Formats: sequence, structure tokens, C-alpha cells
Amino acid sequence: MELSINQQALAYLLSAILFILGLKGLTHPSTARRGNVYGMLGMLIAITATLMGRDVQSYGFIIAGVAAGAVIGSILAARIQMTAMPQLVAALHSFVGMAAVLVGIGTFLHHRSADLLNPVLMAEISAGVVIGAITFTGSVIAFGKLQGLLSGAQVKFAGQHLLNALIGLLAVALAVHFAMTGSLLSLIAMTLLALTLGVTLIIPIGGADMPVIISMLNSYSGWAAAATGFTLHNNLLIIVGALVGCSGAILSFIMCRAMNRSIINVIFGGFGSESGGGESAGAQAAEKGVKSASVEDAVYWMEDAGKVIIVPGYGMAVAQAQHSLKELMELLQGRGVEVKFAIHPVAGRMPGHMNVLLAEADIPYDNVLEMDEINPEFPSADVVLVVGANDVVNPAAKEDKSSPIYGMPILEAGRARQVYFLKRSMRPGYSGVDNLLFYQDNTSLVFGDAKDTIEGMNAALKGGGH
Amino acid sequence: MPEALDPSIVALYVFVLACFIGYWVVWGVTPSLHTPLVALTNAISGIVLIGALLVAGDPNAGIVVQFFGFLAVLLASINVFGGFLVTHRMLSMFKKKK
Repeated sequence: MELSINQQALAYLLSAILFILGLKGLTHPSTARRGNVYGMLGMLIAITATLMGRDVQSYGFIIAGVAAGAVIGSILAARIQMTAMPQLVAALHSFVGMAAVLVGIGTFLHHRSADLLNPVLMAEISAGVVIGAITFTGSVIAFGKLQGLLSGAQVKFAGQHLLNALIGLLAVALAVHFAMTGSLLSLIAMTLLALTLGVTLIIPIGGADMPVIISMLNSYSGWAAAATGFTLHNNLLIIVGALVGCSGAILSFIMCRAMNRSIINVIFGGFGSESGGGESAGAQAAEKGVKSASVEDAVYWMEDAGKVIIVPGYGMAVAQAQHSLKELMELLQGRGVEVKFAIHPVAGRMPGHMNVLLAEADIPYDNVLEMDEINPEFPSADVVLVVGANDVVNPAAKEDKSSPIYGMPILEAGRARQVYFLKRSMRPGYSGVDNLLFYQDNTSLVFGDAKDTIEGMNAALKGGGH
Repeated sequence: MPEALDPSIVALYVFVLACFIGYWVVWGVTPSLHTPLVALTNAISGIVLIGALLVAGDPNAGIVVQFFGFLAVLLASINVFGGFLVTHRMLSMFKKKK
């Protein structure tokens, strides 16, 4: 059976509705899995309708491509560690970008041989190819940084912005030339420039700004799909591209707001570097008037507490401490202590990163609260345990007008009776700003690997305590 | 003959309206599911697969174009399968209090 173009369009409409319902499912964890199933159904319908259309006549390449893609994709999805989710996402974004480039160039070559080119079509091809190419190399660089293949620090060089602007302008000029003349050379040059731009745009951005970058590239991959939809006059691609583009843009906005920075400020660089020394952490701490505490001190306060709030950060992911935290939660709950987790929107390397890691460790989502929900609870908490987070609890963001992070919304951990920081060293946070919370009377630092420290706490709690 | 509406204008209508839907739907997503949101949008942006199928599936397009199509099909399929499965894997972890 071959579908007519109208039947195909109706099938696409159904699949667009399913995609929208799929995203809507993510409104709550209890409906989310159903949402994902809607998404899969939508995709199945879209693919089937396309294959049954009259445009697809040869299946050899398609079967080979889909089969190989299915195997690779499934293996990636099954094997990936939850802490490495940002890398996987970056890699997948790059694939969408490259696919958009290939489809754009393929469509051009095909239409050229059929003599069906026109300026509007070529302008649409240019948009798809340029956005796709930027998404591709940008995501490859983001992947490299997340995987530790490239330096996570900010890379800055003189004339960086001027260079980007020049490349961008030149690419636009070539796109105009291409749209008017259909010159293959312009198309290739434009693609190469866009690929370069993806590198020069993302390489300067530091590791802790990754939540914004991931969101931004997510958005780009959507716009690339939408542009491809314009090229092919395919409304489903346009709809899905717009949905994804908006989603990424909103996430970028939320991440920027959580750092009190503008997207311009993130892209063009703001904060200092992530580096800093840290050998004899205890000595440095004492010098600065910071108290350090032992595991036993912290356990002593926690075991008789009414409420303990745990603030996880990227350090928890690095130390893979989420499973030990779950055990700590259960041991404390066993003693009648109320345990909650407080998540700052930019904790980790991608939006919602901490939530997934805690979910992986089987910590129920009702115990995990967002910043606005948990902030009123800090004054009634007996102990706050900060695990691998720093800037997100720094009161300087509220109190010190001269601080670079002034104005950033924070978790008000300092208002609890006791604050324990699990830290590897006295190294400052990503912003390079000293954390005022360290010097508060009710704060102590417990030095060591987060996972070892928490396991030490668990052992002490199991040992019957004091 | 009445003046015909340019199909690109219709496409623009669809695009703009879809942006509005996306805006409202995505603001409703709970922050705790932002990572699955990124993964799911990733999976559905694998919809470029459709474009890839069109390029790879036309025997008149020539072998070079079909090969481009094949690569695009491969990449987009990794996205579709990898994206949906990893989203499923993550969402299965979100559990209520027992």
C-alpha cells in the first residue's frame, strides 16, 4: 500500500500530537514514562508513514542505516553511566546536527540534478546546513570538555569575539551568494565556516557553564531540524524542531536565571578559571579561620537531629557518592531523622543532573526538593550536609555587592543550625569566589573524598553511635 | 486565477504556532525531570530521520546523494533509539516513596 501525500500528512499530524503529549507527560514523574511511550509511538508512526510514501522507493541504504543506528543507539543507552549523561546528550546533539547538514547537502545535490532549485529553497538549505554544522562541532567540543578530552577551563584569546563575528558574517554572505547562484563552492565554504564557528563559539566556555551550553545546543539541534523541515516542506519536522528549539531555549533561560547571568554573558565569558591549589587543605583552612571537623563530629550532630538537609553538587557526581548518600539517608531515617535533598538548578553539568543521580540511587523523588521549595526549610534544619557543592550555597551572592556572583539565587544552607561541607580541598568554587559560608560560626569542613567521608559516617551510624 | 498562498508562508504559520505550544508545554515540565527532558527532546529531534529517509530512499538521486542519505539515516537512528531508550532508563529510576 502506498500512502498519498494527504494520508501521509494526516499521519504526521497524529505523530505531532503524540510528541506534544509526550513532552507534556514530563510535567510529573508519575506520567513521564507514559509520555516517553507517546514519543516512541509518534516516531514509529512518522517513520512508517514516510516509508510508505511515494518518495521512498529504494530500501537498501535505509535498512542498513536504521539497523546499524538501532544497534549503536541501544548499546549506548544501555551502557551509559548516569554520571556521564551530559556526554551522551552532547554526542547525540552532534548527530542531529550532522544529519541536518547531510540532509541539506543531499537535498541540494538531488534538486540540482532534477533542476528544481530556487532561491527560497536554497536559503532554507543554507539555514539548515549552517545551524546543523554549528550544532555538530559545538556539541563535539562540549563532549570533549565533559569527557575530559579537552580542558574544561575557559580558553580565551585576544580578538575572539571579533573572529567569531567575522566568521559569522562571512558565512551569511556566502549563504546569500549560494541562495542567489546555487554555487556548490559557496555551499561547501559556508559549511566549513559554520563548522569552524561551532568550535570557536563553544571552546572558550568553562566546564561549570555546561548546563547552559547543553541547553543551548539542545535548542540548536531543534532549530536545525526545523530548518530542515522548511527545506523539505515537511510540517512534522517544523513542528518537532520548534518544540525542541523552544525547550532548549527555555532551559538555557532557566539555567542563566539560576546564575543571575545573561546568555550573552555566558557565551562571551564572565567568571574566572576553575583552577586553584589545594595541598594541605587543613592547614590552609586553619590559616583562613575555617574550622575543620571529623566525621564523628558530623555524625554526633546528625544522629540526634530532627531534620537533615543534604545539598549535592557536581562533586557528588565526580565521587559517585549518590549510593552512599542513599544509605546515609536510610540510616538517619531509621533513627527518626527527617532527611531531605536540596537541588540548585545549576548543580551538576546539565539541567536536572542531580535529580537523575539521586533517582539512580533509589532516593524517592518526594525527598528531593527544588530551591524555592526547600529554602524556607533551612532555618528549621539541624544539620545541612553540603556534598561537593560550593557557589550555590555562598551567602556572598546575597550579602556582598562587590562579589561576581552577587544576585545569584542560592540555597540558604547557612541558616541551618550546623553546616558541614564535605570537601576535597580549600579550592574555591568554579566562580573563583571565596565562600563566606566557610567562615560562619556554625560551619565546619570535613576534608576528604565525599564518598569515603559518607561511608565513614555510615559506618559510625551503624556502629551504634555515641 | 486567484493568487496562491506561498507554501513557505504556511510553513511559517506552522512553525510559529508550534513555538507557542512548545513554550507552554515546556514551562510545565517539572525541574526534577529536566535531564529526561533534554534526552527526550534529543530523541524526538531524531525526526530529521524523516528527511534522511527521503534523501536515502530515492534511487534517482544518484549514489553520492544516497550515501549522504545513508549516513544521515545512521546518525538520526542512533538518536532515535539511543534517545528514547536512555529516557526510558532514566524515568524508570524515578520512584515514589514506598
